[in-house]
Amino acid sequence: MTYLRSGLASAWLMAAAAILPLSSAHAEDLEISIIAPAGAGGGWDSAARSLQDVMMKTGNAHSVQVMNVPGAGGTVGLAQFVQGAKGSPDQMLVGGITMVGAIITNKAPYNLSNVTPIARLTGDPLVVVVPASSPYKTMADLMEGIKKDVAHTIWAGGSAGGADHILAALVTQAAGVDPAKVNYVAYSGGGESLAAMLGGQVTAGVSGYGEWQGQIESGDLRALAISYPEPIEGIAAQPLKAQGIDVELVNWRGIFAGPELADADKAVLETAVQKTVESPEWKELIKAKGWSDYYAPSAEFTSFIASEDARVHGVLKSIGLAE
Amino acid sequence: MDSLIHLMHGFGTALDPMNLAFAAIGVLLGTAVGVLPGIGPALTVALLLPITFKLDPGGSLIMFAGIYYGGMYGGSTTAILLNTPGESASVVTALEGNQMARRGRGGPALATAAIGSFVAALIATAGLAFFAPILVKVAVKFGPWDYFGLMLIAFVTVSATFGSSPLRGLTSLGIGLWLGLIGIDQLSGQTRLSFGVPNLLDGIEVTTLAVGLFALGEALFVASRHLFNDEKPMAIKGSIWMSREDWKRSWKPWLRGTLVGFPIGALPAGGAEIPTFLSYTMERKLSTKPEEFGQGAIEGVAGPEAANNASAAGTLVPLLTLGLPTSATAAVMLAGFQQYNLQPGPLLFVQHPALVWGLVASLFIANVMLLVLNLPLVGLWVRLLKIPLPWLYAGILVFACMGTIAANPSVVELMMLVGFGFLGFLMRRYDYPIAPVVVGLILGPLADSQLRRALQMSLGDPMILLQHPGSASMIAIATLALIAPFLFKGLARFRQDED
Repeated sequence: MTYLRSGLASAWLMAAAAILPLSSAHAEDLEISIIAPAGAGGGWDSAARSLQDVMMKTGNAHSVQVMNVPGAGGTVGLAQFVQGAKGSPDQMLVGGITMVGAIITNKAPYNLSNVTPIARLTGDPLVVVVPASSPYKTMADLMEGIKKDVAHTIWAGGSAGGADHILAALVTQAAGVDPAKVNYVAYSGGGESLAAMLGGQVTAGVSGYGEWQGQIESGDLRALAISYPEPIEGIAAQPLKAQGIDVELVNWRGIFAGPELADADKAVLETAVQKTVESPEWKELIKAKGWSDYYAPSAEFTSFIASEDARVHGVLKSIGLAE
Repeated sequence: MDSLIHLMHGFGTALDPMNLAFAAIGVLLGTAVGVLPGIGPALTVALLLPITFKLDPGGSLIMFAGIYYGGMYGGSTTAILLNTPGESASVVTALEGNQMARRGRGGPALATAAIGSFVAALIATAGLAFFAPILVKVAVKFGPWDYFGLMLIAFVTVSATFGSSPLRGLTSLGIGLWLGLIGIDQLSGQTRLSFGVPNLLDGIEVTTLAVGLFALGEALFVASRHLFNDEKPMAIKGSIWMSREDWKRSWKPWLRGTLVGFPIGALPAGGAEIPTFLSYTMERKLSTKPEEFGQGAIEGVAGPEAANNASAAGTLVPLLTLGLPTSATAAVMLAGFQQYNLQPGPLLFVQHPALVWGLVASLFIANVMLLVLNLPLVGLWVRLLKIPLPWLYAGILVFACMGTIAANPSVVELMMLVGFGFLGFLMRRYDYPIAPVVVGLILGPLADSQLRRALQMSLGDPMILLQHPGSASMIAIATLALIAPFLFKGLARFRQDED
C-alpha cells in the first residue's frame, strides 16, 4: 500500500515537473514552513498541522514546519508574514474569515491583498441554536421574537466582530430590524458561550456546528438552522436559505503565500496544495475532524476574498465596529 | 455504585501494559516541560497530536492527561527554587515557596508541594469520577453576575492579605487592573491602550509580568543590596524532608486547598488562578503562625499547590461532560478527542464508557507515578541552591529571559520583561506587595467582561447583580471583607478611649 502510494506520488511529481520546467523548486524537495496565526489547539493551528501531516504523508512536500504566531485575530501573524515572507517560495500562512473581520476592526496595517492566496481549503457551517427549554421551536419563531423585541433577544457567540457576531447581525437584518440593535454577548470561543446557552442565560447562540454537535445530538440544545448554502449530510438542521431567510455564511479557512511571489514558485505551491487536498488521506482527515471540503484554487479564491472582504466590511459597519 | 463498577473496568483498561507505558511517558514529558521555561503542557500536547494520530485513542489520551498533570507538578519546582513561576497557576507557590528555599527549607517546600499535589489530585479525581454529572449542572447555572461576585471577593481578599496595609495592596491591585485594560476588548472588539504596538493587541502576557516582577525584580533587588552586605549562599538547614511539625502544618491546607480548587476549577470560567489566591488568603487567616507568612510559611505552599492541582482535575469536568475546554491544555486535549472523531459532551460517558473511565483511572495511576518520580528528585533539586548567590541570580536572569523568548519570540516582549523587572525592583524597594499586580492582570479583564455581560443581559440595569442570590451574597461577603478590618480597628480605638 505504501509502495503503491509513493509510486503514485512520484508519478504526480514527474507530471508536475513536466508541466513546470521553469519552476525553481520541485515538490519532492519542498521544505515549507507554515505560520498558524493563532495559539495551539484552535482552528487555524489545527488546519496548519493537518496540512503539514498530509503534505508530508503524500510526499507533496519533503518537510513541513508549523509555527504559532498568536494574536489579535491573526493580524499579528499576518503582519509578521507580510514582512518576512516577501517573494519567499517556501513560506505559507493559514487564515480565514475571522482574519478578514479582525483586519477591519483592528485597523491592521496589512490585509489579505498584501499576500498571495494559494487555495481555499475548508468551510464549516455555523449553527443557530436555542436552549432546550426555549419557547422557540423553529427559525420562524426566533425571527418573530427578534421583530417583537430585538433588545431582549440576547445572542451568545464568539469574539466581537467574528463570524458568529456577523451571522447574528445578518439574521437580525433579515428579520427587518436594524442590525446595530443586535444584543450580542461575546465570549471567548464556543466553550464559554456554551455554558451560557445551557444555563439559559441567553436567548439564542451561534457557533461552529462541530463545537456544539454533542449537545445538539443529546437534545440539550435545539438547532434551528445552519448557515451553509446547501443541506449537509448528517446534519438535521436545514440551511437558513432553505427556510426562506436569505443569509449564508461559511466559516472558511485558506492558505496563503508571501507577497510578490514569482509565478513559477506560486505554481509549485499551488500544485503541491492541490495534490494534497485531492488525496484520499486529506478526505479521510477532514471527515474525522468534521470539516467540510471547500477547496477553491488560487484565482477563484482571490476573487472570493475580495467579495467576502466587501461583505464583512458592510456588516461590521452596520453594527458599528468599522467605519 | 454504577460509577464504581465503571471505574473498576477503567482500571482494567488503564493497567494494560501499553497504557501504563503511555501514562509513564506522559508524566515524564509533563514534568520536563513544566520545569523548562517557555514550553507549557498545551504546546507539548499540540506538538504530539499529529504523531499520535495513528495510535490507539485511549493510549494517547491517557498520555495527554499524564502530560497535563505532570506539567502542574513541574511548574511548582521552578517557582520554589528560582522564584520563576512558569505559569500563572504557580505564581502563589513562589511567594512562600521561594522564601522557604532561601531560608534553607527548599526540601520541605518541594515535598509539601509534591505530596499536597498528590493528595489534592487524588481527591479531586475521585470527585471527577463521582460528581461530574451533578457538578456540571450547577456550574452552567453560574451566570456572569456570579462570576463578577466571585472576582470581587478575590480582589478584596488579595489586596487585604498582601502587603503591610490594605491601601498598599489596593494600590498594587490598581496597577494590575490598569495593565489588564491593555489590548483588544473582548466584548466590543475595540483596542484599548495599545499605543499602536501590535504586540500589545492581545494584552500583556501573564507569565511575562510574573517572571519580570518576581524573578528579575528579585535579582535586581538582591544585587542592589549585595553592594552593602556580603551574603552567603543559601545553606540547607535541617533535613531536606518534612519534619513532624511540617506534616502537622500541611495536612489541613492540603484538604482545604482541594476543597477550594476542585469546584472553582470545574466552573466553565473558573481557572486555576482564583483558587490558588483564595487558598493562600485562607491559610494566612487560619494559620497559628500568621507572622511567618511572607517569611516562608509552609501552609502558604501546601494550600495553593493543592488548590492548583485540584483545579486541574476540576477543568476535566466541563471538558468531559460538556466538551468545554477551560484552559489552554484542555483546549488542545479537546482537539485530541476530535481527531479520533470523539465529541466530548453529554454523550461521551454513554457512547465511550471504556475510554472515559480508562482515562479517569489512568489519572489515578499517573498521580502515583508523579509522586514516585518527584520525591526522589527533591534531593537533587535543592542542591541547585548551594550555588553562590551571584551565580544563582545570573542563572535566574538567563533562565527568565530564555523562557520569555521561547514563549513569545519578540523584542517587545523582552523589553516588557525588563520594564516589569524594574517595576518589581521599585515595588520591593518601597514595600508594595507584588502579587496583587498579577491578580489584577489576570482577573481584571475577566471581571470587566463578566460585569458588562451581566449588564448587557439586563439591558443596563445594575440591580441584576443583587437580584440573583449567588451574586448578591458574594458581593455582600466582599463588602464585609473590605469594611470589617476598618470597623474592628475603629471599635478597638473606641474601647481604648473608654478605658
